[in-house]
Amino acid sequence: MSSYSNPPCAACKFLRRKCLPGCIFAPYFPPEEPTKFANVHKIFGASNVSKLLNEIPPHQREDAVNSLAYEAEARLKDPVYGCVGAISVLQRQVLTLQKELDATNADLMRYAGNEIPYPVMNLMLQNNQQRNDNGAGSFESSSGFSDPYSYPWGHGNGPSGERGGDGSS
Amino acid sequence: MASSSNSPCAACKFLRRKCQPECVFAPYFPPDQPQKFANVHKVFGASNVTKLLNELQPHQREDAVNSLAYEADMRLRDPVYGCVGVISLLQHQLRQLQMDLSCAKSELSKYQNLGISSHGIIAAAAHHHHQGINLLGGGVTARDHHHFHHQLFPVNQQQMIRSAFDGGNGYDASSFLAAQLSGFQQSRAAAGAAAADGRRAPVEPS
Repeated sequence: MSSYSNPPCAACKFLRRKCLPGCIFAPYFPPEEPTKFANVHKIFGASNVSKLLNEIPPHQREDAVNSLAYEAEARLKDPVYGCVGAISVLQRQVLTLQKELDATNADLMRYAGNEIPYPVMNLMLQNNQQRNDNGAGSFESSSGFSDPYSYPWGHGNGPSGERGGDGSS
Repeated sequence: MASSSNSPCAACKFLRRKCQPECVFAPYFPPDQPQKFANVHKVFGASNVTKLLNELQPHQREDAVNSLAYEADMRLRDPVYGCVGVISLLQHQLRQLQMDLSCAKSELSKYQNLGISSHGIIAAAAHHHHQGINLLGGGVTARDHHHFHHQLFPVNQQQMIRSAFDGGNGYDASSFLAAQLSGFQQSRAAAGAAAADGRRAPVEPS
């Protein structure tokens, strides 16, 4: 067999198999990035990734592979929380900033209160109050996403060992 | 089969096998939550989850299972981006909030600097009437965030994910995310944000 063949992709190299022309992994796991596939394989498994990619339109597969690679890497660095830890941190940061913004807006309204007509001021105060009510004690945080640790099967233990959200579980 | 036995855990029920007393899944996949294991199995596979749990201390396993369940659920809802889509959107919200806060504080400082003179107050109020919605931080409410989520999830994710993954040339998103988080944490350190609690560290490059 003297015909030239492309070097195997990182997946086929890892799996020690022939990299065929229609290999589903080849476009997304180039041979110069062996760790990418190794990580994805360790966390998700080759067949799960293959099934997932087959269910996604071709133009979205690159993004899918990259997000899987990111999640796999995050899980290897933090086997307990993976990238969910980052989500919790970000949600708390969003909540903190939102509260600070609400407080600053409330201060602004107080300063501007003398000059704004009463019905308009009332509406602004109601909007602010409504946002505060939505943000506290609900399954969805003010960021609009469900708190991973307020899921029905998450018993509210956040990454720091305290409740990750105020939602009931 | 004379002895009474507990009903099999959701994992063993799904895998159609006998649930042994020492089953590694049983404490975390109760029989009344079949979907939890089904999702985790579909995304990660039973043997990968077993290996993962066996590498952890027993007191860490519940959190690990719950985070895996969350990831699996997100991946099934959004097969392309999964949890990473959530991260991208939260980062965007954070940037937006930072900008809104910066604007609001800047407006506030104008009032504070103007003093009590009636002339100053009237001038500032006239300025605010003109800008209108800035008083509410750019009009961003929780409803807007939710709407934003539904509106942009299918459309702008590609842009966000490409910027998160270095233009699609690599998958070093952990550096990107860490840079975002550390940049934010430095500015929030004085305020003692919850993100700065010592036990948890965000995903960061090795």
